[in-house]
Amino acid sequence: MGIPLKVNGTIHDVDVEPDAPLLWVIRDELHLTGTKFGCGIAACGACTVHVNGKAVRSCSVPVGSVAGAEIRTIEALGANGLEAVQQAWIAHQVPQCGYCQSGMIMAVSALLAEHPAPTDEQLAAAITNICRCGTLSRIRAAVRDLAMKKSAAGARS
Amino acid sequence: MNRRKFLVGGATAAGALIVGYAVWPSARLSKADAMAAGPGERFLATWIKIASDGTITVVVPHCDMGTGIYTALAQMAADELDADWTKVRAETAPCDPLFANSALAEGFGLEELHVSPDGIPRLFAGPTIGTMRIIAEHMDLQTTGGSSAVRFTGVYGMRVAGAAVREMLLEAAAARMNAAVRDFRTENSRVVHTASGTSFGYGELAREAANYSPSAHPKLKEKSTYKLVGEPVPRLDIPAKVNGATKYGIDTQMPDMLYGTIRISPAFGGKLVSADESRVAEHRGVKKVVKLDDAVVVVADRLWRARKAMEALDPAFDTGGQGDVSSETIREMHLGGLRSGEIKRDRKTGDPTEALNNGSVIERIYNVPYLAHAAMEPVNATVLFKKVGTLEVWAGTQDGLGSRAFCAKAAGLPMEKVTFHLTPSGGGYGRRLPGLWNFLTYAVETAKAVPGVPVKLLFNREQDMQHDFYRPNVTSRFRATVDKDGWPLAWVNDYTTDDDPNPEAHIVYRVPNQAYGTVKLPAHVPTGPWRSVEASWHGFFVESFIDELAHEAKRDALEYRVGLLEGQPRHAATLKLAAEKAGWASPLPAGCGRGIAMVESFGTIVVHVAEVEVKDAGAVNVRRFTTAADCGMAVNPDGFKAQMEGGIIFGLSAALHGEITIERGAVVQQNFPDFDVVRLAECPEIHVHIHESDAPLGGAGEPGIPPVAPAVTNAIFAATGQRIRELPVKKHDLKKVPLAS
Repeated sequence: MGIPLKVNGTIHDVDVEPDAPLLWVIRDELHLTGTKFGCGIAACGACTVHVNGKAVRSCSVPVGSVAGAEIRTIEALGANGLEAVQQAWIAHQVPQCGYCQSGMIMAVSALLAEHPAPTDEQLAAAITNICRCGTLSRIRAAVRDLAMKKSAAGARS
Repeated sequence: MNRRKFLVGGATAAGALIVGYAVWPSARLSKADAMAAGPGERFLATWIKIASDGTITVVVPHCDMGTGIYTALAQMAADELDADWTKVRAETAPCDPLFANSALAEGFGLEELHVSPDGIPRLFAGPTIGTMRIIAEHMDLQTTGGSSAVRFTGVYGMRVAGAAVREMLLEAAAARMNAAVRDFRTENSRVVHTASGTSFGYGELAREAANYSPSAHPKLKEKSTYKLVGEPVPRLDIPAKVNGATKYGIDTQMPDMLYGTIRISPAFGGKLVSADESRVAEHRGVKKVVKLDDAVVVVADRLWRARKAMEALDPAFDTGGQGDVSSETIREMHLGGLRSGEIKRDRKTGDPTEALNNGSVIERIYNVPYLAHAAMEPVNATVLFKKVGTLEVWAGTQDGLGSRAFCAKAAGLPMEKVTFHLTPSGGGYGRRLPGLWNFLTYAVETAKAVPGVPVKLLFNREQDMQHDFYRPNVTSRFRATVDKDGWPLAWVNDYTTDDDPNPEAHIVYRVPNQAYGTVKLPAHVPTGPWRSVEASWHGFFVESFIDELAHEAKRDALEYRVGLLEGQPRHAATLKLAAEKAGWASPLPAGCGRGIAMVESFGTIVVHVAEVEVKDAGAVNVRRFTTAADCGMAVNPDGFKAQMEGGIIFGLSAALHGEITIERGAVVQQNFPDFDVVRLAECPEIHVHIHESDAPLGGAGEPGIPPVAPAVTNAIFAATGQRIRELPVKKHDLKKVPLAS
């Protein structure tokens, strides 16, 4: 009777209306609060999660539309050792208040999966998330660093 | 009158040494003693705990809203303490009067009196600290604002506490070995007997050290011996901010909790006219419709159900008699007030009237709009009200103790019946400061309507944006005369205010005849402090007008400013550093220009050089920011630079896009597309350079912002010849036209 929701590898049977926003089901039914609410209209990216590997703004996704899909939240990212993007975020001391960073990291992680060494233009086009504290220049520096390492590794292999 | 007493925590059951400075009026001594007998942390006086395993916890009387102060304050305490940094932690102080921030009261008080701490005779220093403690308690002071954490809490609180604890540890070690204190030194969380090399860890000495009283005047380190202060140590809070672990107010979760969504009268001052509950009677999960004077809250078992019900409820409001107010009427009011209203003089030097009468007057008028804070975490609070008369609150605010007192008042309860859990905030920028707590009021009123169950009231983005306390809309008029070489003789600046005159209007540039005046013209729009407050508008006004005078004088904008800074070596040096790093004189491609602006605020001088490109079609591309800043010394240089970078992006969002406008008495903008901000595609290259000086420590969170807008508009002028006197830039058509004369 519920909706089968596969989040971070576990299937949950959630008793909610199909039009309930995925964001609030993740937060208030599954109690995974790392995914944040910012605008409710897919304008800011704070709620970004992965659905079948793609970055999706979960505040505007009806939960019924992702039944059975592979959903991944920040809690799963680096659960077994931090991923490169998270390490880069620490190395570059990116977060300030940190509230937007779950969404930023999920969005960048999905971008890197597609373009392991994105250019500045690819980054700016793909990552339109909002950060009010103003960590954008460090985000760019962190991604440039990741891209450079990836390019260097590619050149060696 | 008031007896002095150091309130010293003894060793707790956990073996923690707790040190605090508190100067208690005698009436409170019995209360303090009663609390002292209670279990552990309830009694912790102030800022430093040492556990038996050597863990040092710095207890911070501020909220974490991302500016890195937990780390910087821990660095300041730990450095004086000669602590092993790997054993240092930071945690939020309880929202209790025992932890009222006396150092903050001291800092603000000294600033207000224009007295340096060295200017207080030692005889009065103790009573002064005591008085500040009392002031802090009476004001329920745990504020995070005014870029004050490092320069006040750090300087007057953390450093002193760290140094005093170190002396107590030395005494404990000396007693153990029956030797003199001077025979010992401290290093890396150990007290070492210099002759024998015998040493004791801070953890093992903690209990004994707690028997000694902390000195109010411990010996502080010389700058040259700092080990941690001045180092770019990684921030303590960042690891929990890359994996979703940090719990903000919005993340408060409890079994069976309820969720509230609110709709407030769109027009400020409007009242609720109707909300027909029968429309939501059949809605799943809806528990209650709470009708308030100017708002309605729907409470449900899930947030989206409450929101859906609110749509169906579709409440109606009146306009509170403000239906005719718009941005246009406010503009007319400002211009009319400056033209013919009563100007209140707040400062005058020389004879500006005479100087204006004897020269050709250059007059310019500038305006900045209302701005929302738009913190990423919309305002919210979770409140549990129990019929027995207790209240428990979870929220991120910029003053935990003040919030507790505020909620007590809102609920009609004594403060001791109220518990306030201060969480980290997903951005603050002033929105969560005292005076701006409408979300706490509504949350408490909602909780009282559903007693016994915790309810989380969350503003959606639209409500957060439409019911903020905005950076004021300010109009400022300058009149100046200049000598034959273009140097200013008179500087007369009159501006509109919602409130009192602003010292931030006063210029550092040397002008013999100056006058400042205000015309008080508050609209019905609620206003409040917005990251960098008054400096956010006067920075734009002053640095635009000085640039115009430089242009009129046919002088270089940098040279003109430096020429007016005789006797201000820090300002001049910071200007020159930014210009040098930016390659000020180097050529740029057509369509590009550089602008410079300097503003001192919160004790820090910041100079930005902006480099912009204005495309033929009028699009503005801010390519680069080169910044020089003098905050005396940066406690954490990387953290300081991060605040400058963040300030630039925050200020650039406002300069390019930021605008809250009013129609029919209400805010027009609802969400991020209509209140847009700078995203990665618009993020300039940023290079920050620190100009170190011997000046007292300055702030970091705010001072980066005021010079952003004028640096950009001055650069646009350099690129196009078009002078922008009203923000934001997006209002102006910058399509390529023949250069204005």
